[in-house]
Amino acid sequence: MNGSLAGADLADLLVHFLVLSLLAIGGAMSTVPEMHRYLVVDRGWLDDAGFTSSIALAQAAPGPNVLFVPVLGYQIAGLLGAAVALIGILLPSTLLSLAVSRWASTRRDKPGVRAFTAGLAPVTIGLLLATGWVLAQPFLARGTPPYGALAAIGLTVLAMLRTQAAPIWLILAGALAGAGGLI
Amino acid sequence: MQPADVTSPNAAPASPRALFLTFTVLALQGFGGVLAVAQRELVERKRWLSRDEFLEAYSASQLLPGPNVVNIALMLGDRFFGWRGALAAMAGMLAVPLAIVLLLAASYGQFSHHPMVAGALRGMGAVAAGLTVAMALKLLGSLRNNPMGPTVCAILLLATLMAIAALRLPLAGVVLGLGALGWSAARWRLRKAAARR
Repeated sequence: MNGSLAGADLADLLVHFLVLSLLAIGGAMSTVPEMHRYLVVDRGWLDDAGFTSSIALAQAAPGPNVLFVPVLGYQIAGLLGAAVALIGILLPSTLLSLAVSRWASTRRDKPGVRAFTAGLAPVTIGLLLATGWVLAQPFLARGTPPYGALAAIGLTVLAMLRTQAAPIWLILAGALAGAGGLI
Repeated sequence: MQPADVTSPNAAPASPRALFLTFTVLALQGFGGVLAVAQRELVERKRWLSRDEFLEAYSASQLLPGPNVVNIALMLGDRFFGWRGALAAMAGMLAVPLAIVLLLAASYGQFSHHPMVAGALRGMGAVAAGLTVAMALKLLGSLRNNPMGPTVCAILLLATLMAIAALRLPLAGVVLGLGALGWSAARWRLRKAAARR
């Protein structure tokens, strides 16, 4: 890990992320299951722990969630990998977003546009739930019953739905509980 | 903070440089997601966007591929300064946080074997999973007004979840296939509703 890939592998990574960029509806996090399939299951460039800790690391740092993507690239192929992953995930969606927002600002009430919004909403939410499931996998798959991890996940959901607590405090609490060996 | 009039914007960034700096400051405050910070800075403090405009930009950015907050930055920057503004806002959102997260990733290797560091990251990973699930549950409420009705919505949602989480099908096919199905269903319901009127 953290080595370097051959040029052909980097090109493959770039092309794959360019395509993923256009599929990242509902945000970059919704591509997590597909990235896991590609990087861990198909290519074996990262193991499960490396994959999950990259995402946790990016979430622990300030900035948009999409920064987990260059961290994955970095774990696979250093700074070049980070650059390739970031450019791949951002370039197509950036161009498309600009073009569409200019185009749609004039015709947002057209039925075709409204049907698109309505039709995709449940798919987006399904994708987010699947992402939560994939992220929870490494904790649920451990040998002993994962009470600590289950409690952390459940308490986080409860705190997000029932309180105004900022996510940073929940992440901090998770870090402390984990450092104390509870998770 | 004073109860600002958030219904109409009355300010604009002075330059692409101001956009870059504002988005840098904003991104650095966002741990575990920037959206809530963006709302407060752009609508309530800078007043570059009205509350409704922010909601609209967020809905549009959820539909479009790409990270939501980055798409909001792009749209806002584009509106004030065209391409230059869009680039300045996006760069502000990403440049400094990227440097920080890569530094963390680079030094993580030296600490990863330490059980407390590994434990802390495992804890943060569990919370991250919970945050994502909570976000999805919060968005469930927005399906109530969906023209497709609760049954069709539930079927589409569960089909997506099963296809990705259980069957591990490739994302492209799932989004294109189920998305097209949802689009047709919504189109049909909207036409029927329009005809009844």
